[in-house]
Amino acid sequence: MSDQDETNSGDVPMMQKLLDNPFLLLFLGVASPAVLYLAWGIMEIVTIPAR
Amino acid sequence: MSNNIFRTCPDTGLKFHGPAETLMKVNAVAAVVFLLVGGFYGLLVGLTRWQAVHLLEASDFYMVLTLHGINVLIFWMIFFEIAVLYFCSSVLLGCRLATPKWAWVGFALMVIGAVMNNVIVLQGSSSVMMTSYVPMEAHPLFYLSLILFAVGALIGCFVFFGTLVIAKAEKTYEGSVPLVTFGAITAAVIAVFTIVSGAIVLLPTFLWSVGLVGEIDVLAYRLIWWAFGHSSQQINVAAHVSVWYAIVAILFGAKPLSEKVSRTAFLMYILFLQLASVHHLLVDPGVSSNFKMFNTSYAMYLAVMASMVHGLTVPGSMEAAQRARGHTAGLFTWLRKAPWGNPTFSGMFISLVGFGFLGGITGVVMGAEQINILVHNTLYVPGHFHATVVLGSTMAFMALTYWLVPILFRREIVMKGLAKWQPYIFGLGMSGVALFLMGAGTLGVPRRHWDIGFAGTGGMTHEFPAAAYTMLALNGLSVILAVAGGAAFCVIIVGSLLFGKKLGDQPMAEPCIVAPVTDEEYNANGGSAYAIPGTIVLAMIFFASFALYYFINWKYLAETWGIG
Ligand SMILES: [Cu+2]
Repeated sequence: MSDQDETNSGDVPMMQKLLDNPFLLLFLGVASPAVLYLAWGIMEIVTIPAR
Repeated sequence: MSNNIFRTCPDTGLKFHGPAETLMKVNAVAAVVFLLVGGFYGLLVGLTRWQAVHLLEASDFYMVLTLHGINVLIFWMIFFEIAVLYFCSSVLLGCRLATPKWAWVGFALMVIGAVMNNVIVLQGSSSVMMTSYVPMEAHPLFYLSLILFAVGALIGCFVFFGTLVIAKAEKTYEGSVPLVTFGAITAAVIAVFTIVSGAIVLLPTFLWSVGLVGEIDVLAYRLIWWAFGHSSQQINVAAHVSVWYAIVAILFGAKPLSEKVSRTAFLMYILFLQLASVHHLLVDPGVSSNFKMFNTSYAMYLAVMASMVHGLTVPGSMEAAQRARGHTAGLFTWLRKAPWGNPTFSGMFISLVGFGFLGGITGVVMGAEQINILVHNTLYVPGHFHATVVLGSTMAFMALTYWLVPILFRREIVMKGLAKWQPYIFGLGMSGVALFLMGAGTLGVPRRHWDIGFAGTGGMTHEFPAAAYTMLALNGLSVILAVAGGAAFCVIIVGSLLFGKKLGDQPMAEPCIVAPVTDEEYNANGGSAYAIPGTIVLAMIFFASFALYYFINWKYLAETWGIG
């Protein structure tokens, strides 16, 4: 697929790039529960009809 | 003070940065102190719930239960984890620790918060238990102490991330960070979410307790509190899984079966583990079934799958290493020839088995919305988490400590005979605690309950089956055994720090680390070491137990309501 040198950093697979980036992991690890747990849950609680 | 003092460990070749080393020591010592304190309160709790002994008065019981929970679940764990984070960054990457001054500020805040919390709870006005559900109100300093502790721990996490940046900038390692460091990154990511959630929920609660906020919504409190309370236990899981990988590498020279698979499993923790917080809200009104099922089924099963991957690859990589080193006969020679008298190994293995069989299987059962109702808010819940947090995390941390004391403090472990038995005593006691609490819970005994005989409630009665009383008595006996094992650990470690033979700069007589298994060793005999039949058999036993137990619970559920 690519003629580039094997050791060229451009050849690092996407997945490895993700795993090698602690701050991207930090973002994902905070965003996932912030959206699917906190935001979703709070949204349901605040939309409970009053009485 | 220079920021660049390094020492090379004569036993492991690891490079220790002076300030990082001191910080690891103080965090580890603080951890053990709070384990000792919290464990003692656990003894009082166990002896009170043993109906025939019934040690404490009701008011003292709830105070002591609060102290037990916070000291062991929060203080012991997080102090130890900060030490692990510094080890996995500064030591494993061979670089200086970022901003040791800030690390000390964080440590000081954690100590102040932890001590303050104990003092304020002991004064008796904050017996709100660990969850401190509103509208139950504690002393304002109770919330403030937890906030201080959390801020301190958050600083520790950022020192860890800063150290990763330094290692990368100064090129102290090549390629990707080691797997154990990657596990620590996972723990730190979860820690950041945990601590921020703790701040979101505790700050307004603090303001409410001093009268500045009128009301705290009860449902919202529970939701956000559990983002903190549940996730904090997932920091422990990520940390103790990293410890497992570290220990099989140290003791067997084992290479992970697949870096890719193990790292992907950690990524699934990062993405999904914290969503299982919803399993605490399964009977809460106000949040929908969609919300409950998405988070505790779809998302949680991905996290559980990640745990099963670790549970397979850790013993698997150990088996492969042992086979490569010649323990090839039969299914289990590799396991039989393991150093069972070395508490670092036995502790790690007990942690692995206990976490998987007792903690993992029951966790899935509790996480399923339908069968959760069988045991919700019963003693089954503390039974489950004593298997995960104590048998799993605490046992793994103890195992690592036996290895770290000579390396970090340059002191020999004292009372080696007792140390050999300690993991077994503690493990047996704690397995008993987990099983008997779950047994009592299955019989309907509520958790956080001073007296199942309903003394002093003015005529309220409920007859529990006699077996429930027996379970609580057996739990009391197991607590005594476990506390004996836990106390032995504290005595051995504190004794070693104070009186252990100084090791100086000379390597130890017995090597404490095994040379990594080489590719040639792995590839000898056509690479047969990579076939791991023993681990596969163990995994099959695990799946069979899992399926059976899961089925039994649905059967129980079916019998709860008669049809027709
Ligand atoms: Cu939980």
